[in-house]
Amino acid sequence: MFAPWADPAARPLVRFDGVSKRFGTATAVERVSLDIFSGEFFALLGPSGCGKTTLLRLLAGLEMPDDGRILLDGAELTTVPPYRRPINLMFQSYALFPHLTVEGNVAFGLKQEALPKAEIASRVDEMLALVRLEGFAKRKPQHLSGGQRQRVALARSLIKRPRVLLLDEPLAALDKKLRSETQFELMQLQESLGLTFVIVTHDQQEAMTVAGRIAVMDHGRLVQVATPQEIYERPTSRWVADFIGEINLIEGSVTEVGRSGTVVASAAGRLRALSPADVTAGDVVWVALRPEKVRIALEPPPVEGENCVAGQVADIGYLGDLSIYKVRLDNGIIMKTAVANVTRLVERPINWDDRVWLTWSSEAAMVLTR
Amino acid sequence: MSKLEAQRSWGERLILLVPYLWLAAFFLVPFLIVLKISLSHTAVAQPPYTPVFDVAAGWSGVIRALSTLSLENYALLGSDSLYLASYIKSLEIAAGSTLLLLLIGFPIAYGMARAPRRWQPVVFVLVVLPFWTSFLIRIYAWINILQRDGLLNQLLLALRIVDEPPAWLSTDTAVYLGIVYSYLPFMVLPIYATLEKMDETLLEAAADLGCPNWKAFWLVTLPLSRPGMVAGALLCFIPIVGEFVIPDLLGSSQTMMIGQTLWAEFFANRDWPVASAVAVVLLCLLVMPIVIYEQVQTRDLARGG
Ligand SMILES: Nc1ncnc2c1ncn2[C@@H]1O[C@H](COP(=O)(O)OP(=O)(O)OP(=O)(O)O)[C@@H](O)[C@H]1O
Ligand SMILES: [Mg+2]
Repeated sequence: MFAPWADPAARPLVRFDGVSKRFGTATAVERVSLDIFSGEFFALLGPSGCGKTTLLRLLAGLEMPDDGRILLDGAELTTVPPYRRPINLMFQSYALFPHLTVEGNVAFGLKQEALPKAEIASRVDEMLALVRLEGFAKRKPQHLSGGQRQRVALARSLIKRPRVLLLDEPLAALDKKLRSETQFELMQLQESLGLTFVIVTHDQQEAMTVAGRIAVMDHGRLVQVATPQEIYERPTSRWVADFIGEINLIEGSVTEVGRSGTVVASAAGRLRALSPADVTAGDVVWVALRPEKVRIALEPPPVEGENCVAGQVADIGYLGDLSIYKVRLDNGIIMKTAVANVTRLVERPINWDDRVWLTWSSEAAMVLTR
Repeated sequence: MSKLEAQRSWGERLILLVPYLWLAAFFLVPFLIVLKISLSHTAVAQPPYTPVFDVAAGWSGVIRALSTLSLENYALLGSDSLYLASYIKSLEIAAGSTLLLLLIGFPIAYGMARAPRRWQPVVFVLVVLPFWTSFLIRIYAWINILQRDGLLNQLLLALRIVDEPPAWLSTDTAVYLGIVYSYLPFMVLPIYATLEKMDETLLEAAADLGCPNWKAFWLVTLPLSRPGMVAGALLCFIPIVGEFVIPDLLGSSQTMMIGQTLWAEFFANRDWPVASAVAVVLLCLLVMPIVIYEQVQTRDLARGG
């Protein structure tokens, strides 16, 4: 499996080393240290204004860091001007040249290298074929649809075969269907060309779909860098757990740390969950539980031992593939559970105000200390 | 079509009519009058030409008047080299000073657009500030500066750049100076407007694609500011061709610009028909650059689509 980040001997392609960037008094990027490896599809994920674009612009050379260093292949990159970096950026706004045709836009980067005309022409054709824009070479960007413009921007930033391709919310302007198609195209492209992609997005589903690793950012800091599975199943903080997907959080205090898991005393009763090694009895913690890992039933479970709470159905949301039940526990806590609609809905077996029992295994829940 | 839509479209049509009415009343009608006078004959009368439409004689009077019109004044323009020299001189000065204006105006506009945001209103006011003073006073000030013992020569003598004070007034240099000085805002403002709304990420994109800043200026900034340059050039070139005050006050009386010739025909010679013919030809000359520009634009549009 491709996982160079797990290999201590692997050399990173890009290294951020304690990089900070301030605009006036506001800190956009704060002491970011991050390694990105060759061949990775890496995603930067975070809420609006958390510094994702700034981090990309630092790497592209369009901003200078106030602190720290950026290395490419172990060599100092901070002092290299943007036009000499083997890194290309696909801009959030595409930034296509309005006075040039599609062809002129795509060829722009190669023309700066003073390559022979014939080579430029053949590589432009090749690139236009790759993004399926062969018939549009002579058009101006103003006369293209949003999706076509986005492909021109992609072609323009790919044609120089950059060591790292930076994509700033490349798919934000596309509708849902086109976006998911393009996500797969991007993944195929990245794999077949063997390039390193860094994509910025604030759409967590997009990050999970395309990326091999995700860096979750908040207020200019990296909060967690890991694979999508790990971020989803083992978030390191309540903030990450809440930002990625849906989560039930129940506050409590640790009463017992044992081999079979940790016992947490909470308003919902004694809950058993997996926990990090460093909790001790008395710690204030949160039990985190994904809705789809909770089972819902109209009868109490026959066997004791699992986590079980009872409550009343407060709300039902039908999403087509899933139904979301919001259950008000006897102590007032609201818990969400998601149930896959595997059979066609003829008659909903669980209804508003029904008394229900929620159960989950102790492996399904996590204990978070932050 | 619903009643409301019909009403609205009538309202829209009415609004669209306004500029046409304006053009008809203040451009087309005067132009037709001038055209008619240019085809008439000089006469010692009031007004100083014949024929005059005799409205009292009815339709036949109009027909009679029209039948006496002739092209003789245009023939005169062709035969006397004075007029041709005048036209050429005007076009030459207009072209030369428009070029100078571009060369001086572009860097100013560029500097303005690149100035920090909070300084831009200040710089903008500085550029239009001369308009606060009467145009004539500013030209008279130039006469003062350019006189034989004026400020300019005093400075040149003091700096020992010249030994003898050169004559500046009544030269083409003075005319160029006056024109460039007076028209500069008309060149700077349209260029500034295009530069100011240019998307700066385009320059970042150019840099990202391997283009150093100076090259990005040639490949991105300059082509994108073309509409502003064309607008500025038209805005300057056309009135400069017909310029009267500046060459009259600062220039020589050797070769006159067409505006001066026109003035002489009207007021010195009281030859309204010839003066009108001069004006009609001038108008045709001035319409040309606009037509060419329109052509270029439609071609560009066609190529883009
Ligand atoms: N040129 C600038 N001048 C001043 N502040 C800036 C500048 N660029 C970014 N910032 C600030 O830095 C912070 C991070 O901005 P950045 O554009 O990196 O956010 P982002 O994560 O890309 O957000 P979004 O998802 O909305 O694109 C924001 O608070 C923003 O206001
Ligand atoms: Mg952004």
